[in-house]
Amino acid sequence: MKRAARGAVVLAAAVVVLGLVDAVLPRLLNTYYLTILARIAVAVLAAVSLQLVNGFTGQFSIGHAGFMAVGAYTGAALSVYTGAPLLAALQQFMPAALARALYFPFPLLAGGIAASFAGLLVGIPALRLRGDYLAIATLGFGEIIRIAILNIDAVGGARGFSLSVQSGVELRYESLGAIAGVVALSVAVIARLVYSAGGLAFRAVREDETAAEAMGIATTRVKSEAFAVASFFAGVAGALFAHAEGYVHTNSFTFVRSFEIMAFVVLGGLGSLTGAALAAAVLTAAPELLRGFGEWRMVLYSLLIITTMLVRPQGLLGSRELSLALLRRALARRAPGP
Amino acid sequence: MEQFLQQLLNGIAWGSIYALIALGYTMVYGVLKLINFAHGDVYMVGAMSGYYAAHSLGIAAAEPSLAGLFAVLLVSMTACAALGAVIERVAYRPLRTAPRLASLITAIGVSLLLENGGQLLFGADPKFFPPLVNPRELVRIGALAVSNIQLIVFATAMLLMVGLELVVMRTRFGRAMRAVSVDAPAAALMGVPVDRVISGTFVLGSALAAAAGILVGLSNPKIDPLMGLLPGLKAFVAAVLGGIGSIPGAMVGGLLLGVVETFVSAYLSSTYRDAIAFVILIAILLYRPTGLFGTGQVEKV
Amino acid sequence: MMGSSSDRRRWIAAAGAIAAAVLFGCGEAKQGGGAGASIKVGHVASLTGDTATFGQSTERGMRMAFEEINARGGALGRQIDLLSEDDRSVTEEARTAAQKLLQRDQVVALLGEIASSRSLAAAPEAQRARVPMISPGSTNPKVTEVGDYIFRACFIDPFQGTVMARFAREQLNAKKVAILFDFKQDYSVGLADFFRETFKQLGGEIVADERYTSGDIEFRAQLTTIRAAQPEAIFVPGYYTELGLIAKQARELGIDVPLLGGDGWDSEKTLEIGGKAVEGYYFSTHYAADSDSPKVQEFVKSYQAKFNQTPDAMAALGYDTAGILADALGRAGATDGPKLRDAIATTRDYDGVTGKITIDSSRNARKDAVVLKIEGGKFKFFRSVPAS
Repeated sequence: MKRAARGAVVLAAAVVVLGLVDAVLPRLLNTYYLTILARIAVAVLAAVSLQLVNGFTGQFSIGHAGFMAVGAYTGAALSVYTGAPLLAALQQFMPAALARALYFPFPLLAGGIAASFAGLLVGIPALRLRGDYLAIATLGFGEIIRIAILNIDAVGGARGFSLSVQSGVELRYESLGAIAGVVALSVAVIARLVYSAGGLAFRAVREDETAAEAMGIATTRVKSEAFAVASFFAGVAGALFAHAEGYVHTNSFTFVRSFEIMAFVVLGGLGSLTGAALAAAVLTAAPELLRGFGEWRMVLYSLLIITTMLVRPQGLLGSRELSLALLRRALARRAPGP
Repeated sequence: MEQFLQQLLNGIAWGSIYALIALGYTMVYGVLKLINFAHGDVYMVGAMSGYYAAHSLGIAAAEPSLAGLFAVLLVSMTACAALGAVIERVAYRPLRTAPRLASLITAIGVSLLLENGGQLLFGADPKFFPPLVNPRELVRIGALAVSNIQLIVFATAMLLMVGLELVVMRTRFGRAMRAVSVDAPAAALMGVPVDRVISGTFVLGSALAAAAGILVGLSNPKIDPLMGLLPGLKAFVAAVLGGIGSIPGAMVGGLLLGVVETFVSAYLSSTYRDAIAFVILIAILLYRPTGLFGTGQVEKV
Repeated sequence: MMGSSSDRRRWIAAAGAIAAAVLFGCGEAKQGGGAGASIKVGHVASLTGDTATFGQSTERGMRMAFEEINARGGALGRQIDLLSEDDRSVTEEARTAAQKLLQRDQVVALLGEIASSRSLAAAPEAQRARVPMISPGSTNPKVTEVGDYIFRACFIDPFQGTVMARFAREQLNAKKVAILFDFKQDYSVGLADFFRETFKQLGGEIVADERYTSGDIEFRAQLTTIRAAQPEAIFVPGYYTELGLIAKQARELGIDVPLLGGDGWDSEKTLEIGGKAVEGYYFSTHYAADSDSPKVQEFVKSYQAKFNQTPDAMAALGYDTAGILADALGRAGATDGPKLRDAIATTRDYDGVTGKITIDSSRNARKDAVVLKIEGGKFKFFRSVPAS
């Protein structure tokens, strides 16, 4: 009971904070910076979800962009084909902003669910493979998904799929507070999952699959679970991306994007959620921050990746968590434990 | 039937290029267990250095001759061998003891660096690779045609593969390579200069990539700084298909991939070409989890 | 989990460095924001990445145009400053590049992109900021439908596809035609769609419908299939980056029927890579480099002198896009969005190198097309096709 009350307070506080973020940030920053922040949020979710598979379960997956694509296109298709008329009808009864806020979670959930189904479909056969063979299989699945979408005319094919202003209803959803909220909630869910007692199973599989199996852990099930959950949140990230951008194209989900997400995970530190988030933020902002260097921009970006890895081979944070340590220290100071 | 044979031929010629690139992947993987994602870009540098060599040495302007082709091959293979050694020294060696994924990320970083640097250095526009060999039709049966270039590509690829197999199986260096591949620390204890062997592997693999770059310049004479991205990935697929670490495997995987892609483009649709290459790869992996020629490793408890 | 104090210090230092970097970025913005006397024009282009060659061409065309305009005194008595931002040929980066130009640099107009997908990503930003945007080369009809601030200086897909279908059916008298198009480029997909439709309406037959992906270098599989269908001509509405090799491999396989294409072919690379193989082929484009129009002659001459290469269609379109904007600035008498928008929308018979350009009510460019024939290693004027 007390727990539930505390949860409600935290939730209310979060809504207030995010509402403030939404109200204040657009006054401080122009849309250029807001877009970059939204994109960082999406990258963080993609990276943190892949960390669950690569960093915590020790499986080597490099097809994450494919699952983002499933989420992005499912969410976008839902919005364009059923969301637009639904919103138009809802807006008769209530303010548009409220209707949009009520509707927004649905494409995200749809994207997540579709992607986790895709994840299971891929994972069940592919997880029989190990190491680099699993990597190449996931990479292959990522590309297969992308090419399949490219061949679906209902979502635009090579022409891309536009969400902005369909039948007079704005489907683009750029509210930074909402995006940040979704990402924070998702990251919290993943963190709870990996740092719970049940989450030990993931790490057991990572440390020694044979030993884990001997201890009675159903390794295939654990791996599939990790894969499905990671794909779910990749799908949510994809749907967020689609709605924040207002236009999606399969070019955004090539294997190059998958490599990028994997780079976030390894550069941040395998087994560190906050590390992956930090690396995702830095590397997503870097190409924009480096604009001043003109044509040297991407050369510097590649050098940044190489030197970071050479200087910190274990990743920025290693396998430690940034915020948890700080938080715990702060809590310890306020209320000495029993 | 004639058309089928022609497509088969197209596929084999195309596949031999994949095979050559795949050889480099497989060698590096064999000794380092590293997927060298920069390998496709080394192949691009091979083609580019061949282009500049042909122009600066006056070979492009001269009458095509085999001597010219050899000169260009030599220059570009040397350049890429050096590049391979530098990449290994700077980006991979410092991470020898680090987690394995770290060098994978530097590999991606080096790949990005070569692509972006290439666009700066060579310009982004496609270049016409000078004809170093006069194209000639060797055999023609009905509509079925075999050109001398197709034959050169195939023969060179086979020759290099056999040469490589001999180096690996018959020379001291090859034996050292195999020793490092099985157990590097033990090899070091036995007096094998591990660093030199790994360097040598990169030199060899990169030189082969350069050869592939020149051959592709001969048969498909358009080169640009991003030309290595997709063939690099495909060659990696070919290497895995054949069983990564195995030289005949890389060759067979490359040829198989080339033929499959050609048949898919010809009889289904080229839009599914890349997808089907992966479908076949995954199907084979599920059936033989270590590829066609791969040796299953016993998981140590 | 607990870091040592030296660790903590290191993290504080790192956080400080990041904060400094961000502040530095913002500081730079303010410096850039203080406008001098010059008029700032933004250009979103693929200066790197897989379509870099197109973005670099439009960039050269625009830069040259503005240099000439500035040498004549600029627009509204002020110099024009072209700010180009690269989008790495990445769809979503076209949007951030546009936002950077619109928000940080406060440009008065946005030029770009070539690829329709990237224009579609960037256009809503220009529309929202009420800053006119002119695309030099996005041919998908949807691009200008984004809003009343979005224009284009090029043909749209239906026009060129129809022109070449008529040409194949009526001029070449072909009944059976094959299509080989670039599945990844919406430009190519669009041209192929309208060609297919019109050609069938004219009583022709499409005997083979094959695809490739830009970046490919091996087309023998598709060409062997096409050869078996025995077409009288092959429509290849792709870009010059692939055309030369397609032509070479077609000849190698003994295909001697003409290949037909659109303005994507218009580059000296077609001749350089294709060599003898492209002889006798036809394509539709905006202007003929061998035309006797003094405007075209001067453009080609000064472009060659400046960049040591013949301008391709993208360079010419970039040049005209810049010209249309400068012309509109003069007529608007101001740089504010709505006035400039109205001036661009009322462009009539602008005398560009890619033809006499009129902006129609859908904000598309109406202009004549020409069909060129490749002969003796040169693009030769063959016939002109009036705007429908």
